[in-house]
Amino acid sequence: MAERDSLRGKVAVVGAADTAVGKVPQFSATGLCVDAARRALADAGIGKQQVDGLVTCNAFAEPYMYHAEAIAEYLQIDPRYCVTAVAGGGTTFSILQNAAAAIAAGVCETVLVTMADSLRSGLTREQAMLIQSSTGHPEFEIPYGPTVPAFYALIAQAHMHRYGTTPEQLAAVAVSGRKHAMRNPHAQMREPIEIADVLASRMIADPLHLLDCSLVSDGGAAVVLTSAERAGDHPHAPVYLLGFGEGHSHEHISQARSLTTSAAVESGRRAYRMAGLGPADMDLAWIYDCFTPVVLIELEDLGFCAKGEAGAFVAEGHTGLGGQLPMNTNGGLLSYCHPGNPGSLFGLTEAVFQLRHQAGERQVGGAETALVHGQGGIMSSHATVILGREAQ
Amino acid sequence: MGDPRDARPVPRPTPATAPFWAACREHRLLLQRCPACQAYQFYPRTLCSACLAHEPEWVAASGRGSVRSFTVIRHPVSPAFADEVPYVLALVRLDEGPTLMSVLRHCAPADVTIGMPVEVAFEERRDEVSLPVFRPAAGD
Ligand SMILES: [Zn+2]
Repeated sequence: MAERDSLRGKVAVVGAADTAVGKVPQFSATGLCVDAARRALADAGIGKQQVDGLVTCNAFAEPYMYHAEAIAEYLQIDPRYCVTAVAGGGTTFSILQNAAAAIAAGVCETVLVTMADSLRSGLTREQAMLIQSSTGHPEFEIPYGPTVPAFYALIAQAHMHRYGTTPEQLAAVAVSGRKHAMRNPHAQMREPIEIADVLASRMIADPLHLLDCSLVSDGGAAVVLTSAERAGDHPHAPVYLLGFGEGHSHEHISQARSLTTSAAVESGRRAYRMAGLGPADMDLAWIYDCFTPVVLIELEDLGFCAKGEAGAFVAEGHTGLGGQLPMNTNGGLLSYCHPGNPGSLFGLTEAVFQLRHQAGERQVGGAETALVHGQGGIMSSHATVILGREAQ
Repeated sequence: MGDPRDARPVPRPTPATAPFWAACREHRLLLQRCPACQAYQFYPRTLCSACLAHEPEWVAASGRGSVRSFTVIRHPVSPAFADEVPYVLALVRLDEGPTLMSVLRHCAPADVTIGMPVEVAFEERRDEVSLPVFRPAAGD
């Protein structure tokens, strides 16, 4: 058995950047991916020749058979570690643990993680439809005509039935994110919304209204990772990776053992154990918010509140700035942007900006530690990362 | 072109699942049960996912279960399903234990509840496929 603290503080984020997000028609998916890379390298104060590891994810709008290799070719770099994360949400995020382990093992020294897609401007309507209609088990789910919101609606209904969670509490998640987006000049959606606006928006799949669903965006984000020993040689204060955890429970929602408790329990526990920290130590969190019910289940499973209490936790305002757990301070996937597969990387860059105390009007005062949680599939694949300003 | 509903996707049986779909064609719902550990499973597999023993047996399912969760799809996934909205997508827990995804027929969306007893029925699709769907269980 590996030591529980095997990666704690050994790797740091020394560069982080987002591209313009929302509607960015002047860039293709590849254009966004390399723009994110360029910005992150500039932020890290290094040239491309220092990159010896590259991680990307594939893009629906402009896919390549060998995506990371194609981006390396585009940038004319020759990495010795080169990985494409092939699916979204949790998997594009769990690859961080893999990259950090590669650095800690000496496989490579400086890894550029860059991910982007152009879901708003780069897809035809037919391509967009195809993406949605290909989600699910091809033999035992797709013939029934499920939709992605419907898959998440199934977990929302189960949570409401079991714990008495209400549509108003789901809506409070969207309102919480929007309040933060209003302080983020780059966010795609900045119009103020109230719970009544969420409930009045079009019903997509009961109980999920349009505003319970995340955005469809263009955008990219990138980070530069290197070893703690080298982390001081960059312009900005390093942000250390203190804990990683993953949990993988199923692929298809019809095979989930529980609809109301997820493998975020395991991913969170593993990350806390490696970091030697617990939920009460987190100054902020970024919780994957593709749909509002996901946030409630993850807040509970990550230990921020007891099972069944996340609806009240959010509705009472604890996830706002100045609250017990400022959450998704960039506006999240619900209000900042959601370009698909890269989604969780925007949580990582936000955590880095917060821990560097560079988050402007949305800064969490004195933030020292942060938790970022990504999930992919339909509550299938979970990855938790804990970050801090100090290596230990 | 014909009926847009003909564009609704149909399953493509594999060697492991072909007996299941053949039975559906005869309006019989099958499950697999492991002769070694007695576990039921769905979807059909080449081995028992509980103990990895080979060759689970096919057994007739009761066809009865209950709604584990559901949603009402208001916005169709594709034009092929446009005529069906609103339709009730459900996870049905069979009395034998396994859960399967299906749709609920003969029941107004507003009348569906979690825990409600349901029973299997079959719907014909193109390419000689019959899909198991569910409806409220007849009182007994
Ligand atoms: Zn068995």
